[in-house]
Amino acid sequence: MSAPLLQVQGLTKRFGGVAAVNQVSFDLAPGRIVGLIGPNGAGKTTLVNLITGVHRADSGSLQFEGRDVTQQRPFEAACRGLSRTFQIVQPFPRMSVLDNVTAGALFAGKAASPAQARADAMAQLRFVGLQALADRPAASLTLPSRKRLELAKSLAMRPRLLLLDEVNAGLNSAEIGAAIELIRAIAAQGITVLLIEHLMKVVFSLCDDLLVLHHGELIAQGSPQAVAADPKVIEAYLGTKYAERMRA
Amino acid sequence: MIGLQILVNGLTLGALYACLAVGFSLVWGVLNVINMLHGSLIILGGYLTWYAWLHWQVHPLAALLPVALLLFALGWVIQMTMINRLVRQPVLTTLTVTFGLDLILYNAMNVLFDATPRRITLDLGTLSLGEVVLAWDRIVAFVLALALTLLLYAVMNASRTGRAIVAVRMDRDAAELMGIRINRVYAMTFALGAGLAGACGALMAMVFPITTNISGLLLGKAFVVCVIGGLGTVPGALVGGLVLGLIESLSGHLFGPQNAVLIGYGLMLVLLMTRPTGLLGRKGYE
Amino acid sequence: MKRSMAIFAVFALAVAAVPLAGDNYLLQQATFVAMYCALALSWNLIGGYAGYPSFATAAFVGLGAYAGALLQNAGLPMVAAWVGATLITAAFAALLGYGLLRMKGHYFAVGSISIVEVLRLVASSWAGLTGGGEGLNVPIMPGGPEFAGRVFLYAMWAVMLLAFASAVWVDRSRLGFGLRCIEQNEDAADMVGVPVTRYKTAAFTLSALFCGTVGAISASWVSYIAPTDAFSILLTLKVPVMVLLGGPGSLLGPVIGAASFVLIEQTVWSRFLDYNQAALGLVIVLLIFFLPGGVLGRLRWRAKPAVQPGAAPAAGSAP
Repeated sequence: MSAPLLQVQGLTKRFGGVAAVNQVSFDLAPGRIVGLIGPNGAGKTTLVNLITGVHRADSGSLQFEGRDVTQQRPFEAACRGLSRTFQIVQPFPRMSVLDNVTAGALFAGKAASPAQARADAMAQLRFVGLQALADRPAASLTLPSRKRLELAKSLAMRPRLLLLDEVNAGLNSAEIGAAIELIRAIAAQGITVLLIEHLMKVVFSLCDDLLVLHHGELIAQGSPQAVAADPKVIEAYLGTKYAERMRA
Repeated sequence: MIGLQILVNGLTLGALYACLAVGFSLVWGVLNVINMLHGSLIILGGYLTWYAWLHWQVHPLAALLPVALLLFALGWVIQMTMINRLVRQPVLTTLTVTFGLDLILYNAMNVLFDATPRRITLDLGTLSLGEVVLAWDRIVAFVLALALTLLLYAVMNASRTGRAIVAVRMDRDAAELMGIRINRVYAMTFALGAGLAGACGALMAMVFPITTNISGLLLGKAFVVCVIGGLGTVPGALVGGLVLGLIESLSGHLFGPQNAVLIGYGLMLVLLMTRPTGLLGRKGYE
Repeated sequence: MKRSMAIFAVFALAVAAVPLAGDNYLLQQATFVAMYCALALSWNLIGGYAGYPSFATAAFVGLGAYAGALLQNAGLPMVAAWVGATLITAAFAALLGYGLLRMKGHYFAVGSISIVEVLRLVASSWAGLTGGGEGLNVPIMPGGPEFAGRVFLYAMWAVMLLAFASAVWVDRSRLGFGLRCIEQNEDAADMVGVPVTRYKTAAFTLSALFCGTVGAISASWVSYIAPTDAFSILLTLKVPVMVLLGGPGSLLGPVIGAASFVLIEQTVWSRFLDYNQAALGLVIVLLIFFLPGGVLGRLRWRAKPAVQPGAAPAAGSAP
């Protein structure tokens, strides 16, 4: 068995008096597609923020590829191969679509020169299907296109672990189907994927493993089937009364 | 006791600082415009008061209200014609435009009044309480400065206009949705700021020599007060002013008067790096 | 890019050829043009590319002036003193940047302008070192005024060339790209791997570097410096205006702006002696209201709506 890509141990983050993430521990094996699910406010985005250095943990540790990265800053995480997308897309609004992706290639992607970075960026745009829009300003894109731009940018960063934060929010059925295929293709390139998702259809069709967060705590992990049958998970999503009814 | 004298000096100075900064703070907090004209508006108020004193024997206390109203009107006009266009612009734009306007005002004043320091000598004598000595004109200025500041506070809290200004400061878009006419609020705020500057200038004319040369100095004080106390609120300006006054008084005694100003700026820089919203600060503007 | 460099080359040649005209006034004006071009090009790095509106220009010019004067008075040859002043200014900027660049927008503007005041006050009160309010004298260069005039023109001219070269280098490099990202969305830049703090500090230091040189050269040129002139608030506000006039975030914008501004200032000065400040103020106000995006902005975005001053054009589209 290969060494875990990411090791999270006892990670805790408080905002005010509330523990958004509380003593979370898990390992991520390389080459898997893992889903991070849980009700709203469970702390999923906070966990991703902790992993990518946006927030600093109050206690606990993070190891990525064997190195301790608990204190890392966002740009360090990016350069180490940790890439993420945002729920609310954050482009460089006045730059072209191509330049947005070039930014990813040039810095975290460690391209040799701006010219090389542009070439890499173009390749990523083709991969996600946005090459026709390369010269448009990023601010002029529709939502699904912006999501794909985010994806292209994070791929240009040459990640080894890609964290997707609700890539499918706001997309219709057809667009979601396309997104699923795209994510499969990404994983096929050897990139480990962790995705925050609310849509069970996506979760069940894509994920090898699931992590379930509730009130900041990891309440279950395992294969989608196992997790779906876990009474704690049912209770978290459906509530105690329903859970009892289902058991009865 | 020296300490008491320093304290009293600091407080009297502080009230003046609060009064001179509060209009600036409001404009910055509500319109998001750094008004480089502010120092010159104060000087204009001072000059007008001095002029009335010299030529028409108007006592500065009597001149206070008319001067304030005059500057209020001037502020309204300036805002409607020019500042209004600046409100959503980046700081680079607002700072340079108000600086340009300041150059115009500054030049005009130099031509009209020339830069010789003008002083209204009231010769009211001094008050001695134990070992503490206070000039009466300073006491009057202190009381009035405090009164003006508190008056503004009352206006902000009790009048419809005041509440509208506070609403716009907190959330411009929400205020607009509530039916508040934003342009009118902006004009009112800027005009209030100008009016207060004028009143403050009238007060200062009683105590200090007035010259365009110090308009930059006054503006600088306003900056420091805002950073120390927090933007856009009267309590913030009051706290900021008093703190600055006390610090200057103490530093002036310990390190000499020129270094007192330096220490004030130093404190401001430290605060900008650590807690830019100030002691009482809430939403800071970027 | 190539076209900008060609245009600049022609401009630089024109400036270098001014002594041939034999007119002292023209020589002086050309020296000012070169000086302001250097200052504007430098400012553009932090104000245009990175989007941090710095009003600290006068702080660095003044610091360079005092450093240069003190070094010269200590016995250093003139050019060595200039180099020394440049290094001192750069070091100061790098240290200052660490604290100052944490602030954004309004606070950064206020912080940067107060540095000018602080340095001025320090220069005024540290009389033992700086001569206080009395000022400092600097040894006059031997060789007569005409020779001196030419030396100082070419000195400023050389700084202008260096400033332009560094602007070109930044524009093409990873640093320039990163600065544009920072200007548009600092958090996103961080997430994409841009070392934000390092890049901002680099831009700030680079922007201060040539200001120091200009200051030192000015001190030698005028042979006398005093706190209020060395740390001039007017200068610190004129330089951003020049860049706004020409068009921020581009290579030629600062040059066009600086040259035009000197021209305007000279016309105004000669006609409105008593009102020249007010006239200058009026120019600034009209400029901002009617030429947002500067001259280049008007030319480039003829069809599109006017861009807000301070907004950098899309990366890679610099001429």
